[in-house]
Amino acid sequence: MAEIVLSARHLTRRFGGLAAVDDVSVDLWRGRIHAVIGPNGAGKSTLANLLSGDLLPSSGSVLIGGQDTTGWSPERVSRAGLGRSYQKTNIFLPFSVWDNAFLGAQSREAQQPWNPLRWLQPAARSQRARERCAGALALAGLSHRHGAIAGTISHGEQRQLEIAMALATEPQVLLLDEPLAGMGAAEAHKMVELLLRLKQEHAMLLVEHDMDAVFTLADHLTVMVNGQVIASGSPADIRADPMVQAAYLGEEH
Amino acid sequence: MDVLPRGVRVALGLGLAALLVFPFVGSDFYAQMVTRMMILAILAMSLDLLQGVAGLVSLGHAAFFGLAGYALAFLTPQGEPVGLWWTLPLAVLGSGLAALVIGFFVVRTHGIYFIMVTMAFAQMVYFLFFDNKALGGSDGLYINFRPGAEIAGRTVFDLDSPLTLYYFTLALMLLVYFFLRRLLWSPFGRALAGIRVNEHRMRAMGFGTFGYKLSAFTLAGALAGLAGYLWGVQSGYINPELMGFHMSANAIMMVILGGMGNFAGAIVGAFTFETVLHLLKDLPQLGSVNLGKHWQLWMGSFIVLVVLFASRGVLGLLQPSVRVEPASEDRSQHG
Amino acid sequence: MDLPTFLIQLLNSVQYGLLLFMLAAGLTLIFGIMGVVNLAHGSFYMLGAYLAYALSALFGSLTLAIIGGVGIAVAFGLGLEWLLFRHFYRRDHLDQVLLTFGLIYVFEELRSILWGDDVHGVPVPDLLAASIPLTDNLSYPVYRLFMAGLCIALALGLYLLISKTRLGMKIRAGAFNRDMAEALGINIKRIHALVFALGVGLAAVAGIIAAPVSSVYPNMGSQVLIMCFVVVVIGGIGSVRGALISALLVGLVDTFGKVLLPQAAGMLVYILMAAVLLWKPEGLFKQ
Repeated sequence: MAEIVLSARHLTRRFGGLAAVDDVSVDLWRGRIHAVIGPNGAGKSTLANLLSGDLLPSSGSVLIGGQDTTGWSPERVSRAGLGRSYQKTNIFLPFSVWDNAFLGAQSREAQQPWNPLRWLQPAARSQRARERCAGALALAGLSHRHGAIAGTISHGEQRQLEIAMALATEPQVLLLDEPLAGMGAAEAHKMVELLLRLKQEHAMLLVEHDMDAVFTLADHLTVMVNGQVIASGSPADIRADPMVQAAYLGEEH
Repeated sequence: MDVLPRGVRVALGLGLAALLVFPFVGSDFYAQMVTRMMILAILAMSLDLLQGVAGLVSLGHAAFFGLAGYALAFLTPQGEPVGLWWTLPLAVLGSGLAALVIGFFVVRTHGIYFIMVTMAFAQMVYFLFFDNKALGGSDGLYINFRPGAEIAGRTVFDLDSPLTLYYFTLALMLLVYFFLRRLLWSPFGRALAGIRVNEHRMRAMGFGTFGYKLSAFTLAGALAGLAGYLWGVQSGYINPELMGFHMSANAIMMVILGGMGNFAGAIVGAFTFETVLHLLKDLPQLGSVNLGKHWQLWMGSFIVLVVLFASRGVLGLLQPSVRVEPASEDRSQHG
Repeated sequence: MDLPTFLIQLLNSVQYGLLLFMLAAGLTLIFGIMGVVNLAHGSFYMLGAYLAYALSALFGSLTLAIIGGVGIAVAFGLGLEWLLFRHFYRRDHLDQVLLTFGLIYVFEELRSILWGDDVHGVPVPDLLAASIPLTDNLSYPVYRLFMAGLCIALALGLYLLISKTRLGMKIRAGAFNRDMAEALGINIKRIHALVFALGVGLAAVAGIIAAPVSSVYPNMGSQVLIMCFVVVVIGGIGSVRGALISALLVGLVDTFGKVLLPQAAGMLVYILMAAVLLWKPEGLFKQ
């Protein structure tokens, strides 16, 4: 049975007099991919930042797993079950692929600052963390590259690592900001397969420009222009919507 | 699971062996000089935790060094020694507490701001002591008697003996080194390393980075206090100059000279820095010019040249990328 | 506190604040435009003061000392920028801190070699040596008013330069986006050299005019550097406007603090800084 994992209501974010996000509401169900599309400057990344805690909303609310996370810091939102990947690759370049994901896995352990073992025992000792890390890398298709330094792997692999790091924190919700950015056809194909694999266990919000991928992946689409939602519905409905065609799809295709 | 390349490890092992036998081949004077270097090595290691691992460049670290020395000076009465067993932990705790309080204000800043506010707070502490006669003023304070190490009325060891003090300091230096190496691999250490490379991503993965940075700042301050206490024990004299930004910047130089982030570099750097300083101050007369008198000129130029050409330190020169990030995986059991 | 005393302290605060502003403005400009933190900034102040001492003895005139001193200091600064600083704009802050720290050592020693370690006085020029009487037994030195006036004039000039001239526009463009500015044909190297010279010049002028009042002594650079840093932290790095307001604030707190609470005098400014940081971790006017 599909449940609502994340619910954003009337989110608004103003900068001075300009509303970068204006009264946007979004629901994310487990097992479904909800794509947000729109021209550049539509406010898609701002919306992602509002959901992840990187930006404070001017008004509106966000609920994750029933908890009101409005105004929470990014670390608290992460702990509430939200995992995010970034448009601009945001990994630990000098670390190995394994170590990148391991940090995500480690974050889910009880921090326990009073426990001397947290300060003295090697981090690698934690079986749970190792399992989480291995699982995340396997899901993202990077197990065979675990020893490579993140700065040396291909762009496509780095984008996969972006997602693996979010997966390692075992989130309920995945917020993916342009995962296909900068990818060639073969790499994009791999990524789409990965995203379809992830769909089963997570609720997903996808911000993307690649229309082929969007229409393959999305169960539900929201179209944003100038910070506002101009249309929201199934891919078929959106494709047929004249306003959307005029504002966005018409120009692109 | 060691980061340092084999050649470097061998060299360090040899260095340790040399330290162990040194007092027997050198004179008391040189033993005291090396003791001082080891004390500064502890200071440098504490700074390496902050700077090399967590990535926080503090121009105020020496404040915590000096404070512990002052603590010993205040605790030691005019006429008799004080107990080692309770004054050492107290001084270290005091420095740690000061670091916690100052850190609370300072850790919320980033980048260049962090550098500047640490400098400002340290100078605040400096002026507090410099301007107040009750705290010793610009003349500083004397510690007339070295602390006594007694158990049940019997002297366990005598810190007045340079040989004993040497080995006591060596033991503490090694203790700090191995503690910090374990810390580096622990979950806490891994998190700090992650914060240094990409703090934003760490937060996005659920780490409360403020708490981690504050803890690192506090721990580093406490360890600097250990070094400061030992300095007070050895030299018997504490003054505000030990707390100013000049001392802090010298400590930064030590960490840079050796190579950051692995603690062995900090030890190497401290020894190198002190050796260079001694060499420069002892330069002979050249004609009518006393070269040694103008050691600041040579020291300053040395620092400039190191920054220009060797900013990864001695270990960085030996091995192009000693700074390989450590692996957290147990290579025999990956998924 | 009666009115004349209050007035005197107020004038002192403003004069001190304006002097700090000269230094802070240079530091914050150099950081804001080139991203370089310069621990040796206080050394330029010291250089100015020592030049005032040397040149006023030589020329017998403060005006010539100011002109000559600024000329020498700016030339020195430009040479330093060309030789060292310009290679450090893209390096990380740690390297910049250490480089400029090394320079402090070098400058202190050069100063010692050139002019010795004694404290020197610089005479106030006769023209400005009078005092304006405020009450029967209190008067205010004309020279201090001159100092404040000169600082105000320079501050105004700086404001006009940055916001009203084409050069100022180029400077701001370079700060905003270096590569874009270069693509638009702006000679970034020359702009950077100019800004550096401006910063050095302001610091040197501050040192020159302060010399008759504060005397000329070793370590005067380090002492003023700390205050300068505090001003920049409170005002916000990169903001000249923030530096002005912050400098005046620091001047007020420091001057009145010394009079009203002498025991805590040295600490008050830092307490102010701590309070500002709690409220705004990036200064009052974050850039």
